[in-house]
Amino acid sequence: MSNDITENTGPVVEDDETFDNSHVLDPAATQDSQETISAEIKDIHDSASGETQPRVNFPPYRSSLLRHPTKDMHHTDPETIELWSPAFGHRDVHTLESDLTVQGNGEPLGERMVVRGRVLDGDGRPVRNQLVEIWQANASGRYVHKRDQHPAPLDPNFTGVGRTITDDKGFYEFTTIKPAPYPWKNHHNAWRPAHIHFSLFGTDFTQRMITQMYFPGDPLFSLDPIYQSITDQKARDRLVATYDHNVSTHEWNTGYYWDIVLTGSNRTWMEGDTDAH
Amino acid sequence: MRIDQNQLAAARDGSEKLVPTPGQTIGPFFGYASGYENVHIPFRDGQHLVNPASPKAVRLTGTVYDGAGDPIPDAMIEIWQADENGQIPQETGSLVRDGWTFTGWGRATADNVGTYTFSTVNPGPTEEGKAPFIHVVVFARGLMNKLHTRIYLPEDTVALEKDALLSSVEADRRQTLIAEREADGTLRFDIHLQGEQETVFLQFPGIEYPVHD
Ligand SMILES: [Fe+2]
Repeated sequence: MSNDITENTGPVVEDDETFDNSHVLDPAATQDSQETISAEIKDIHDSASGETQPRVNFPPYRSSLLRHPTKDMHHTDPETIELWSPAFGHRDVHTLESDLTVQGNGEPLGERMVVRGRVLDGDGRPVRNQLVEIWQANASGRYVHKRDQHPAPLDPNFTGVGRTITDDKGFYEFTTIKPAPYPWKNHHNAWRPAHIHFSLFGTDFTQRMITQMYFPGDPLFSLDPIYQSITDQKARDRLVATYDHNVSTHEWNTGYYWDIVLTGSNRTWMEGDTDAH
Repeated sequence: MRIDQNQLAAARDGSEKLVPTPGQTIGPFFGYASGYENVHIPFRDGQHLVNPASPKAVRLTGTVYDGAGDPIPDAMIEIWQADENGQIPQETGSLVRDGWTFTGWGRATADNVGTYTFSTVNPGPTEEGKAPFIHVVVFARGLMNKLHTRIYLPEDTVALEKDALLSSVEADRRQTLIAEREADGTLRFDIHLQGEQETVFLQFPGIEYPVHD
């Protein structure tokens, strides 16, 4: 099969008989009960306070056990290249890539929604002309990915991947389909809350980040060790979009709003670099 | 969440910084090495900062390992570097490479045996006498937040000796930040997320990595 998929043929899962699936069956997958996982989460939360980022060592998320550094992080100030970010622009991203509902020959199934918000730095400066990428499951909770074994239907009109460039005020906007929750193998009957993966760049490469946006009031929040790896409720709330009726449009889409704050820029800003002040 | 006008005003006048949005794992479904470059975040030629056929192309490769010494097949590595003259690129076009413009940034996924490969150039020193390095950020399923590190070129031993960051790292771990140069010019740099040979990861001001004792 050719790798050159430039035609609009819709998502296809490759039938690759030589595919080595040994890593699909995650050695960290367990048959632990939700009660076990929830009790472990509670124990950790009870002894934590005020954390702003997830723990890289979070045993209820079984795959984190062998994949987190155990030695101290090395504190340092950024130098040279680290004070800059790669430049992206309209050469890199076509305007249509921010609309995930027009990538196929027909309309994808599910709830059409828009998500909009700003990318800001710690000083409230908008991050302009920067790349924002998203990827997500479809309205059935299925990814276009050969490692996704969830027996829910693919949508021939939905790839679940989008890109955009922030505008002069730091705003991004995507039109998409609301993703569904999906099962995973961390423990028995494990389900991820519905989410959209976001990838972000700032003005310094030290601000580079990948995260997940969630939907308000998801009943799966308390059960999910990935969301709960952030031990503080205030910090977890920063990943949850708000329903915004001003982003919804008449007879077309529901709307969500979500601002993203990157770690403070380490560069010394010159007068004229920004009009935020 | 929404940053309201009061928070924004306080951040802009410097009275209270905005708290950064937490990171989350990249998860398993960000893409894989072949076939889907146009529908996942790994993109066509993401790993080719320069055409591998170019006479100046350098292969940068290595394996990502977990704490048991097993390769990690679902990691994504990005590099960001100066060009061979030490200039910091500010050209667009990384996602749609034209074959001529050096943008300094690349993205590669680990393959089924945990190996990533870039085609790039040796970065030059950004200042006279400074040890040249490539900046790296690591994402993986099972890894809750991004990890930054540096790949130093091994040749300029005088500059390496003087380098402020390397000097501040314990002597027995310094080597985890320096690539090996193979006979054909290949730079080899393995990444160990955990264990005996754990790579030194960098924490820059403004981000927290909470640790539970
Ligand atoms: Fe996901």
